[in-house]
Amino acid sequence: MADPVDAAVVDQGIDDRLKGLSTERIRDVINRVLTKESAARLKVYLDTCVHCGLCSEACHTYLSRDRDPDFAPVAKVKDTLWEMVRRKGDVDTEFLKKAARIAFTECGACRRCSMYCPFGIDIAYLIMTVRRICSLLGVVPQYLQDTTNSHAVTMNQMWVQQDDWIDTLMWQEEDAADEIPGLRIPLDKEGADIMYSVIAPEPKILAQLIANMAMIFHAVGADWTMPSGDGWDNSNMAMYSGDFEVMGRVEKAHWEAAMDLRVKRMVMGECGHAYRGAVYDGPKWLGWQGPPITMVHAVEYYYDIISSGKLKIARKIEEPVTVQDPCNIVRGRGLHKKLRYVINALCEDFRDMEPRYEHNYCCAAGGGIINCGPPWKLSRMKSIKVKAEQIADTGAEIVVTPCHNCHSGIEDIIGHYNLGTHVQFISELIIKTMEKPGSEQT
Amino acid sequence: MYEFATGPLVWIAFILFVGGSIYKLMSMLILAQKEKSVLPTWNAKFGLRSVMHWVVPFASRNQRMHPVMTVVSFVFHLCLLITPLFVMGHAVLWKQSWGIRWFSLPAWAADIMTLVVIGGFFFFFVRRMVAPEVRNVNTWKDYVLLLIVVAPFITGFVAHQQWLPYSTIIIAHIVTGVLWLIAIPFTWLSHMLWFFFSRSYMGSEFGSVRNARDW
Repeated sequence: MADPVDAAVVDQGIDDRLKGLSTERIRDVINRVLTKESAARLKVYLDTCVHCGLCSEACHTYLSRDRDPDFAPVAKVKDTLWEMVRRKGDVDTEFLKKAARIAFTECGACRRCSMYCPFGIDIAYLIMTVRRICSLLGVVPQYLQDTTNSHAVTMNQMWVQQDDWIDTLMWQEEDAADEIPGLRIPLDKEGADIMYSVIAPEPKILAQLIANMAMIFHAVGADWTMPSGDGWDNSNMAMYSGDFEVMGRVEKAHWEAAMDLRVKRMVMGECGHAYRGAVYDGPKWLGWQGPPITMVHAVEYYYDIISSGKLKIARKIEEPVTVQDPCNIVRGRGLHKKLRYVINALCEDFRDMEPRYEHNYCCAAGGGIINCGPPWKLSRMKSIKVKAEQIADTGAEIVVTPCHNCHSGIEDIIGHYNLGTHVQFISELIIKTMEKPGSEQT
Repeated sequence: MYEFATGPLVWIAFILFVGGSIYKLMSMLILAQKEKSVLPTWNAKFGLRSVMHWVVPFASRNQRMHPVMTVVSFVFHLCLLITPLFVMGHAVLWKQSWGIRWFSLPAWAADIMTLVVIGGFFFFFVRRMVAPEVRNVNTWKDYVLLLIVVAPFITGFVAHQQWLPYSTIIIAHIVTGVLWLIAIPFTWLSHMLWFFFSRSYMGSEFGSVRNARDW
């Protein structure tokens, strides 16, 4: 049974938008997406599913909500896409309200279930198809839609204006230079080796992370730069709201910034979905074979500079730590081994999660879920009890989260379930443990 | 009646089964060309790697999590495919109609394998009714399909044991077998056709694009 509290959540982005929708428009949009925007995969997936329910235990929402069958991945498809197909798009607004709730707030498209389906059915893709339909109908949770609107207007997720952006970088440069004299954040340096890109919440609310990375780049003598204009934000919530047109514009701006600067490669901060958008979904939508230059995730970059000895580690973190495997860089990039190498290099007492690697549970925040905002927070917390138990079992005091969504999501989990641990990005651990050139510490 | 069942009816069944399967495969190939990512992503090495982890019992985590389901599924599917191909009665028909000599199973082995299929049917039928996460997504169609799958095995077994008048039960066996064949391309029994494609596509995407494992 759907949780009555969740079903009663009021979200203007869904409820108000549904009021103006005619059944003809709903039918047209659904049929357009089902016939014009999807082809073999959708058909094969719908034909192949034998309704065996073996995907159920892949899903953290199913496990967290006492094995409620309505939260099994297959049930989420049944309650959304199967009905749309069966009724040939003839669904009412009540149905769409439920479909939007399921697709946006009860599935994070983490793709764990496609590893549990014996046929490899990409269930997350089916849910994303539902999101696409909702987005074309304008039925998207308000907070999530706001991030998409921000992308459309400012090319970044959080309405950061260009003067704010440059000002924040200069402020962080000053702060970092206090610790490491002579440090710079080079803007618009053509021909640099690396363009570094971040997600908009960094300049908006976590600016310290930019200073951290500047110190790391400085310590290893990297030739790097950041763009002063549009394209600096690598996040892409439009990918998750289903507004693929805006998603494509954002990724194009991001890669064009790199090409304008003629950099050799892009290094990105600790974020998962941004990797997915920049490397997979964005280029695919734009009709590119792949990104024009290499995208290096922060975890890969840290691995390179630590394993090659470029970054010297002066001391190790003593508290017990564990790590969250972010879906988009582990199931999406296979970085789990490098991630553990880095953590073991920085920490004395690493305690792994069970299950781990590609099989680690989703954080229930990524995939746009946390971006659906406060109205859905309680639902999100109910959906992720299994992660709270998993973290508690490790006995760790620090949960390392090399992804912004995992970071915020697990912070919420720790608060809600009183776990008494705290979350850290890897860059925060590196700053605490590295040798800082020219500073008093060395 | 017997002549019709063993003549035109069987022809219709094979035409619909083979023709339907080819039609489905071809139309899907055309549709696959419309997708930007499907054909360029396909990769033999990673596709096979994934298929192997799912056709070998207990090679994937989900199979290890459900040991009973895994054992029943593998044994059921093996018997389901091998028995009709190699049961002696069918081998005789191949010989009579086409002059093809065929390996055939000893009668006792075919009997046991048929009983395994029937036992597997009961397992799946009850599982669909009892397990909440399965019952929730099943409709009457799923149960009917299971009945279509098992019917030729029950009728075949009864015919072989000669518990009922042979001339009647053999027609029931042929008719249910015909239904079984026709259902393959047009229902979720087509997972027989699609398994290799969907699994190897997902394996390719995980392996060659995402550098990760999907088992």
